[in-house]
Amino acid sequence: MLWNTLLLALRAIRRNLMRSFLTVLGIVIGVAAVITMVTLGNGATKSVSDQISSMGSNMLIVIPGQRFGPGSEGAPSFKSADVDAVRNQITAVERVAPMVNKTVTAVYQAKNWSTVVYGTSNDYFQAGNWKLAGGRTFNETEERAGKAVCVIGETVRNKLFGRQNPVGSEIRIKQFACEVVGLLKSKGQSAMGQDQDDIVVMPLRTVQRRLTGSQDINRLTVSVKNSSSIDAAKKQLTLLMRERRKISDNEEDDFRVMDTRQIAETLTSTTKILTALLGAVAAVSLLVGGIGIMNIMLVSVTERTREIGIRLAIGALEREVLLQFLIEAVVLSSLGGMVGIALATGASIILARLMNIPYLFDLGINLLSFLFSAAIGVIFGFFPARRAAGLNPIDALRHE
Amino acid sequence: MSDETLIRLSGITKTYGSGQAAFQALKGIDLAIQSGDFVAIMGHSGSGKSTTMNILGCLDTPTSGSYRFLGAHVEQMSRNQRALLRRNYLGFIFQGFNLLSRTTALENVELPLIYRGEPVAVRHQMARSALEQVGLRDWENHTPAELSGGQQQRVAIARAIVTRPVVLLADEPTGNLDTRTSREIMELISTFNREHGITVLMVTHEPDMAAYAGRVIRFVDGRVENDSRNGEAS
Ligand SMILES: Nc1ncnc2c1ncn2[C@@H]1O[C@H](COP(=O)(O)OP(=O)(O)O)[C@@H](O)[C@H]1O
Ligand SMILES: [Mg+2]
Repeated sequence: MLWNTLLLALRAIRRNLMRSFLTVLGIVIGVAAVITMVTLGNGATKSVSDQISSMGSNMLIVIPGQRFGPGSEGAPSFKSADVDAVRNQITAVERVAPMVNKTVTAVYQAKNWSTVVYGTSNDYFQAGNWKLAGGRTFNETEERAGKAVCVIGETVRNKLFGRQNPVGSEIRIKQFACEVVGLLKSKGQSAMGQDQDDIVVMPLRTVQRRLTGSQDINRLTVSVKNSSSIDAAKKQLTLLMRERRKISDNEEDDFRVMDTRQIAETLTSTTKILTALLGAVAAVSLLVGGIGIMNIMLVSVTERTREIGIRLAIGALEREVLLQFLIEAVVLSSLGGMVGIALATGASIILARLMNIPYLFDLGINLLSFLFSAAIGVIFGFFPARRAAGLNPIDALRHE
Repeated sequence: MSDETLIRLSGITKTYGSGQAAFQALKGIDLAIQSGDFVAIMGHSGSGKSTTMNILGCLDTPTSGSYRFLGAHVEQMSRNQRALLRRNYLGFIFQGFNLLSRTTALENVELPLIYRGEPVAVRHQMARSALEQVGLRDWENHTPAELSGGQQQRVAIARAIVTRPVVLLADEPTGNLDTRTSREIMELISTFNREHGITVLMVTHEPDMAAYAGRVIRFVDGRVENDSRNGEAS
């Protein structure tokens, strides 16, 4: 019986090619839209969280001044002693990198490039999760003596050296020549859209002496031993800085401690909301597809009711008719589901490449859309048939 | 005598609707039909001919009364049992042909055989020979839209007799056809009656068509008014 009914179902599909095609199309569009949107959303989330982890996790950034409100301009910078105090007095701290930055023009032969010089210590590479693509970091003498050496980012290498290996060459920054000792591995854009590779790193003392001409430090990058102690470290750091900067109890902080994990969470939750939103928009298209299918089915209900009447009259059992319609609905909607999944996979891979985000296969959403499409097909294809098959054959035959 | 009785209706009534709108279309039909008969049912429009045919064909159920088919009480059967009765014993021809649209003649004729579970080879062979018997051997791949009315009715006849039913029920089979085509269809039907012993119950308006039958039953207002053998005076 199953085999024969399958044959009848396939014949019915072939007989009504246009209707079958429209049904499948409705499902294809809905399924493809939902899967593509969710997959791209997941990719975007992943790419944001990748960028965040490239920033380094378990990291605290301390800057002078409040982020909001007046007076932030006037807040004093940090000094080397602050760096030592943080390093020695807070146990949860792993590394502390001081930092001072200055926008400069770097020149190599005939090429020049405007970039930012960061004066810091070797700790910065660890705390900031940087890897070397070539060369080395600074040695102790270079750091202590403030030698004119630098490690450059991929963008700077690209602009000044092209594909050439920069290690060992000298670039000019302002009046002095600086030897490139290392090249950083590319990190790409930051979560905030900055090019993280547009960077020249020098020992702190070199920058202070030759570029800024002061002892000021305008940022501390602090890495914490493990993520569970990050809140404690933040609290201790705040207390220590208040004490060192002589802030009385009724005054507000004149510095700010930022937590990369916090930033990460905010950004990831934003992209997650975006994914959910895209998914919802796409779900509407799945629903619209479903309504389209319902329309097609309802328009053909008269013809199909008479068809059911004919089948019953020549001796089909009610359950055979139902099974045929069920198979028809399942075949069409799963065909639509499969084509939709294939289309979504292709579209997601291409779009992910264009948008420069990773492609992540999401089994859950694929299954869910597939089941949903099957349900739509079954509900709209099968239930009208069930009503018709329960009629007296003569009433089904006379239906108009 | 009683074993010859294929169909026996006793006190069949049919009421459409209920309450105020109730309308009694059949007011107690008693009828016995012998195996091998060719019966024409005549009567004015609205006299209950189709209603009776639908009950006989198990397409509809009577409101009261008893219907025995080969001794079995049809009025006590379940939907499925009635479906099996249609499948194994009955064939239908309708005024409006009722073929599946966009479906070839061969597939239309095959349909009852599929429900009977006949294997493909048998099915094809039987359907082709039925089409040949109605003179449509070369038309098996045509869909109803590509066939004339007469040809469509022939396909319907082929579909009805392909299972070699015991009874062929035809409700105004020539109602939509011109006189010449009607005669051809009647010739076919009486051939199946004569040569294969298929009992035929046919509703018709036209005395010309009723003349092919051996027995004519007249309906008036939901009752059998007259029942006569052809050639007898009424
Ligand atoms: N489904 C129905 N609902 C209500 N009344 C019906 C229905 N079918 C037939 N009738 C009525 O029953 C009477 C007999 O109809 P029918 O058996 O079709 O007559 P005919 O002899 O013309 O074939 C008619 O008056 C008709 O209006
Ligand atoms: Mg009628």
